[in-house]
Amino acid sequence: MTKSSRSLRSERSERLEGFEYAPAPESRAVVDIKPSYGLFVNGEFVDGHGKSFKTISPATEEVLAEVAEADDADVDAAVRAARRAYTRVWSKLPGRERAKYLYRIARIIQERGRELAVLESIDNGKPIKESRDVDVPIAAAHFFYYAGWADKLEYGGYGTQSLGVAGQVIPWNFPLLMLAWKIAPALACGNTVVLKPAETTPLTALLFAEICQQADLPPGVVNIVTGAGATGAALVEHPDVDKVAFTGSTAVGKAIARAVAGSRKKVTLELGGKAANIVFDDAPMDQAIEGIVNGIFFNQGHVCCAGSRLLVQENVYEEVLDRLKRRMATLRVGDPLDKNTDVGAINSAEQLGRIRELSEIGESEGSERWSAPCDLPSNGFWFPPTVFTGVSQAHRIAREEIFGPVLSVLTFRTPAEAIEKANNTPYGLSAGVWTDKGSRILKMANALKAGVVWANTFNKFDPTSPFGGYKESGYGREGGRHGLEAYLSPHGTAK
Amino acid sequence: MSRVDVRKTYKLFIGGQFPRSESGYSYVVEDSLGRFVANAAKASRKDARDAVVAARSAAKDWSGRTAYNRAQVVYRVAEIMEDRRPQFVEAVRQSEGLTAARANGVVDASIDRLVWYAGWADKITQVVGGANPVAGPFFNLSTPEPTGVVAVVAPEESSLLGLVSVVAPVIVTGNVAIVMSSYSRPLPAVTFAEVLATSDVPGGVVNILTGDAAQTAPWLAAHMDVNAIDLTGIAGNAELATSLEREAAENLKRVRRAPDAEPDWTADPGTAALTAFLETKTVWHPIGV
Repeated sequence: MTKSSRSLRSERSERLEGFEYAPAPESRAVVDIKPSYGLFVNGEFVDGHGKSFKTISPATEEVLAEVAEADDADVDAAVRAARRAYTRVWSKLPGRERAKYLYRIARIIQERGRELAVLESIDNGKPIKESRDVDVPIAAAHFFYYAGWADKLEYGGYGTQSLGVAGQVIPWNFPLLMLAWKIAPALACGNTVVLKPAETTPLTALLFAEICQQADLPPGVVNIVTGAGATGAALVEHPDVDKVAFTGSTAVGKAIARAVAGSRKKVTLELGGKAANIVFDDAPMDQAIEGIVNGIFFNQGHVCCAGSRLLVQENVYEEVLDRLKRRMATLRVGDPLDKNTDVGAINSAEQLGRIRELSEIGESEGSERWSAPCDLPSNGFWFPPTVFTGVSQAHRIAREEIFGPVLSVLTFRTPAEAIEKANNTPYGLSAGVWTDKGSRILKMANALKAGVVWANTFNKFDPTSPFGGYKESGYGREGGRHGLEAYLSPHGTAK
Repeated sequence: MSRVDVRKTYKLFIGGQFPRSESGYSYVVEDSLGRFVANAAKASRKDARDAVVAARSAAKDWSGRTAYNRAQVVYRVAEIMEDRRPQFVEAVRQSEGLTAARANGVVDASIDRLVWYAGWADKITQVVGGANPVAGPFFNLSTPEPTGVVAVVAPEESSLLGLVSVVAPVIVTGNVAIVMSSYSRPLPAVTFAEVLATSDVPGGVVNILTGDAAQTAPWLAAHMDVNAIDLTGIAGNAELATSLEREAAENLKRVRRAPDAEPDWTADPGTAALTAFLETKTVWHPIGV
């Protein structure tokens, strides 16, 4: 431990004397994890024929369950089930009837909210207060919102003609929420789906399958095929899939864009980001610090739109860094099921390795590294909230997505410089602006090349609000009226 | 003795100027009966790259103008076209082998199409943008923004109406265009370029490369400073269209795919061509906190 962090810790314990948190564990009793899971095809759980794999808790490394892998034949069976359900049932249902199934699903998600939240935290590693207060409620809200569009498509501006079968591949960072973002609009627009959850976080998707059964959703409308890259590729490349939706890394997104070239498949991609969070000297400071912390440490930084680059105006640099480090030192890293935990486990050993590697690169490139002092558990995958200062635009930690609780700090003097630095990236998913001056907020919002601009706030999501990127952060929008476009057949001649 | 006419040299249109191809190449353009009409410039890879530079330099200014201003500029293009009607009727008649009456109809439709698109400039935002009623005390607004530099493969057969129908939606939304004109029927595009040069369209906003799109499109599809590509003119060539779409994936260009066959350009275009090159930006701000 460096001298500065040791004195910081004793400062902290002086101030917080008698302010220790008691453990506040959420009970696991509400969750019933089966020893093994099959695929969910045509309304039933069936065996997979690939090589089954294990899903573990990243906080403890305990094995949670064995999960089937869908091989090519399994994926084909799922697509065929989705096609049958589309042709015979779902495309024939009027919108108002489809709506009612989606409303049922939304309500059951709310009813089983605690169970879903606990399961998500166990399988993903994220703190229970996030899965309980963010992931699950917003997932339910997505189903509720899109349910209401199902019988109003003629007002949406994108026509009323569904596409058919959607093949959807989602990442591990918000497993249930990403599933909701994909399935809700697809079904509302009259499509059926085959969805592949990430291999490290399949459990809430499989519980969602049960919810589909409870809602009496017609068999084949939703199919869940578990597996890894090979299963995803088989799904995306299947000739009878009309629509591909992918959220994940930019590299895989490009591979998918190449794979669907020349086909009729419509594709939308939600990819990576390296968002600039810009703090001006007249920013409301307390809020800005919370915004910075939330921007990069929420969900352990496993967020495509994370504010991973802090651009702070030079004349308030010292103050911001001071306050930031003090706030970082109060973050509680630990058991995801403890209700006091702020920062949970890193999702996998692989991801932890990547974060460590890029952090080492950050140091070797000449940036100064500081981590919040915290006691990390001995097993499981953990990384302390970390900040790099003295970062330049050329450094890899300023350009590459780390996808962990690591913040790179750069400075600027003028708004023009902030804009130029913020936009100097092939990504363009999100950006943050902190200033009290209204005209400056609007100017920055105009100038920033990002699909989502958070002004004096950060990491806000809502089913009515379109989300998606510019440039290499992908194309297409999820949420809002704009989210319908991806799942309807266009008027006019092309795309 | 009949007078000897002074024949036109058909050159490229890049950055508001009319350069020849840097390659020195040209190719023979025939009319609908196979008779020699002209040697048109054959755009090279370097011409395409120069066009991208010209387009990018013009992009910031053009996208920064008010929608009202862009609408007026595009309307003026229509004014100038109307003024030069006979020239366009002759160009279309000659290239497409139409009767005078048909050619007149095409020119009518082309001018009217431009006027229609001009009127969209300051309205598309209202149609596709809007406030979003988020579940919390936040101002939340989605607005469309131009994607930037768009490479366009113009239709092969409809040398004027089709051309106008792929160019207008790009520029009216604040994007800039590099257009690869019809290979067999490039002359209306060159005449159109002359109209652009004498309207108030800033240099670089529309660049027109005559030549073989099968050769120039791959360079533009792979160009890292091009933001989107419209493959309309590749209609019917699935192999080339696929390969271009694959190249475009390198920097995730927004791709407007080639249709199976050239569309009926007299039909209502709808808003798809406008929204194809618009990005949606959503801004949040807390209320009252």
